[in-house]
Amino acid sequence: MSNPLRSPLDQRLPRIAGPCGMVLFGVTGDLARKKVMPAIYDLANRGFLPPGFSLVGFARRDWADEDFAQIVHDSVREHARTPFREETWQQLCEGIRFVAGDLGDPAAYDELSRVVAELDEQRGTGGNHAFYLSIPPGLFPVVLEHLKTSGLAANTPDAWRRVVIEKPFGHDLKSAQELNALVGTVFDTGSVFRIDHYLGKETVQNILAVRFANEMFEPLWNSNYVDNVQITMAEDIGIGGRAGYYDGIGAARDVIQNHLLQLLALTAMEEPLTFAAAEVRAEKEKVLSAVRLPKDLAAHTARGQYAAGWQGGTPVVGYLQEEGIDPSSHTETFAAMRVDIDNRRWAGVPFYLRTGKRLGRRVTEVAVVFKRAPHLPFLAEAVQELGNNALVFRIQPDEGITVRFGSKVPDTSSIEVRDVTMDFQYGEAFTESSPEAYERLILDVLIGDPPLFPRHVEVELGWTILDPVLDYWAEQGQPDQYASGGWGPQVQYEMLARDGRAWRRP
Amino acid sequence: MIRLEQTSGGAVAAAINAERHRLGSPTTGMVLTLLIIADEDTQSDATGAAAAVARQHPMRIITLIPRADARVSQLDAEISVGGDDGPGEVAVLRLRGELAEHGNSVAIPLLLPDTPVVAYWPGDAPAHPADDPIGRHSQRRITDAAGAQDPWEALRVLKRGYQPGDTDLAWARCTQWRSVLAAAFDAPLGDVRHVRVEGERNNPSVILLGAWLGQQFGATVETVWNDALGISSVSIDLADGLMSITRQDEKTACIVRPGRAEAQITLARRSLSALIAEELRRLDPDDMYGQVITTLEI
Ligand SMILES: NC(=O)c1ccc[n+]([C@@H]2O[C@H](COP(=O)([O-])OP(=O)(O)OC[C@H]3O[C@@H](n4cnc5c(N)ncnc54)[C@H](OP(=O)(O)O)[C@@H]3O)[C@@H](O)[C@H]2O)c1
Repeated sequence: MSNPLRSPLDQRLPRIAGPCGMVLFGVTGDLARKKVMPAIYDLANRGFLPPGFSLVGFARRDWADEDFAQIVHDSVREHARTPFREETWQQLCEGIRFVAGDLGDPAAYDELSRVVAELDEQRGTGGNHAFYLSIPPGLFPVVLEHLKTSGLAANTPDAWRRVVIEKPFGHDLKSAQELNALVGTVFDTGSVFRIDHYLGKETVQNILAVRFANEMFEPLWNSNYVDNVQITMAEDIGIGGRAGYYDGIGAARDVIQNHLLQLLALTAMEEPLTFAAAEVRAEKEKVLSAVRLPKDLAAHTARGQYAAGWQGGTPVVGYLQEEGIDPSSHTETFAAMRVDIDNRRWAGVPFYLRTGKRLGRRVTEVAVVFKRAPHLPFLAEAVQELGNNALVFRIQPDEGITVRFGSKVPDTSSIEVRDVTMDFQYGEAFTESSPEAYERLILDVLIGDPPLFPRHVEVELGWTILDPVLDYWAEQGQPDQYASGGWGPQVQYEMLARDGRAWRRP
Repeated sequence: MIRLEQTSGGAVAAAINAERHRLGSPTTGMVLTLLIIADEDTQSDATGAAAAVARQHPMRIITLIPRADARVSQLDAEISVGGDDGPGEVAVLRLRGELAEHGNSVAIPLLLPDTPVVAYWPGDAPAHPADDPIGRHSQRRITDAAGAQDPWEALRVLKRGYQPGDTDLAWARCTQWRSVLAAAFDAPLGDVRHVRVEGERNNPSVILLGAWLGQQFGATVETVWNDALGISSVSIDLADGLMSITRQDEKTACIVRPGRAEAQITLARRSLSALIAEELRRLDPDDMYGQVITTLEI
């Protein structure tokens, strides 16, 4: 029966999750404390969670409900975006439960089933529960297996069960396929939500709006006018305390396989028939299938490891000196590569992807760099300072769009041209109304809205692209060292110079 | 802040641009112009609330204060650009003497080119906002029946004068109530027999919320007045019992449903800024409001 209070005429009503709860695995972990639990509080605070929303924590700790509530409280106090309100906290707190047990212990899942059923009874969660696996991927098989055998994973016509998983979605094509197959035996495709938090960002969604809502950009969006595309995600931090996670994984698996290839797909894809999830996904899959690696990987990829140095005025240690890292580790903390897209629109336009830790500053951007004008009717000296036109999507921080073009320098007697930039920033990232990506994504999971979550085909296409590069690098020994606080190893500049191009400084 | 006396609309526009240049940010990313038509009692709250919204929707805010009490026609302006109150441009204009009747002529040179214009009357509004000289430039016209001297009469006037693009803040004040009610009915609750809305005497939001519920459910609606602030509760008779949502304090409400334990929900009273921000999120006509206001039995 449809809800008489919802009408297509009514554009004002915000989307609120229906009756439901979440079961969180890995509550003591970094992600759960810094992102997931604060985002749940922020959603509650903004009134997006249903009455009776419940949060069940699961961990190998001898805790009572109150002890877990205290953990949530501390994490909210420290990391939530919206102000702490006692009233909101009380509401949330009433729905907090804890189940103690080992991830491999069937009895713990029986207890979990009991708690979940009790919540349905007491708080009206209606049998709808999302299982958030904020645990190392190595533990997914045990948990999924038990969710299946205990019956917790079973969807019924009037109650849903969903699973949320975090990257990395495997470490190569084979392991990704195994993981997808495993998840697929427990949950159907529509109930699996893979989090790529980049897709929850407003500016990432804005790439599609800018491209497909305007007449002004799309005609230029092809190899006739675009010279190259540079997609950069730079972090100023090192690996922090996450040595166990990072070593053996590295920058390409951690960032390029998911975030950067998603950004590439959104930048390069054809117009979808509609913005329905299936249509957008179809276009992303098409363009990712057309991605080709260069034949000579030595010439067109680059990697590096950060060395000790000064970062923004503070001395920092190198990767190999970080606690918990094998001093002879070959894991790269900087990765760059060229890819091409074999279709009519993009033939001959290189897409350069790069990411690294301990770089000059934190920035993520997609820069579409245009060709030079075919003829410049100026004296050579007059256009010496003129670079290529560019349209830049700034993903974070200072989300916005920058356009760069040439303009006359004022107060010069002859025409002198130089680059100017025009900047647009819609709204501000710091108001209560501008949600964190995790809020958006968790709400979408609870509502069951799939467009912002990659499906297994996209994940596997990502690995198909990346695997040959990883195999090649595995034979190359130690990556080059680069000084912390700069823009990465020298090899990346040589890599572009070979193509007669240069990186823009982000 | 810059003060200009005995000035003109064009001079105010020039002064805003000059101030932008002086601050070193000559390009702007403004997305709309908001015209506020107010008196001395309402202008300051309305302008302040709108300036805070400029953080979310970068805009130029022009507050027009007609002061017909003076004998000589004169325009005085106070201008601030990108201050502590928000990144927008704000001009508060006092229109004295005969000029009070010609606010339109002052506003025209101040409208940002080629971007939407929104008009907002925090107090008494014209009988036909869409035909008002200032309303005519505006694709969205926001009134506030709660700010009028006689809210009942204000609603009658809004009903008679309605044109697509009109909205009222009394309606925006219902949004959170509407949204928790809609969420409660996402899980089927069966047929609705009777609706009771309780709230502040003469508060137009109480009337609009009742009208909306009556329409959507096709049920009878009873209104109970009290001395609380705004809407205090909604109770709905269902086949298997009563469901109700009752405000408890400024931030929470209590929801009761048949066969379920009582639960607390978030229902925060919102600031004027939050209401204006909601209005500016969509600039196309609010058809649901149109349906509710034009069929209001009043
Ligand atoms: N942190 C991030 O920013 C981030 C970003 C992207 C993706 N991810 C992904 O998100 C997931 C969680 O990341 P994280 O950084 O929060 O990891 P973490 O800090 O290492 O936390 C892992 C959690 O798993 C639990 N756990 C580990 N081994 C266990 C075992 N044998 N039995 C039972 N519980 C065990 C830990 O509980 P104990 O306290 O009992 O050990 C802890 O709560 C991972 O899949 C990670 O790849 C994280």
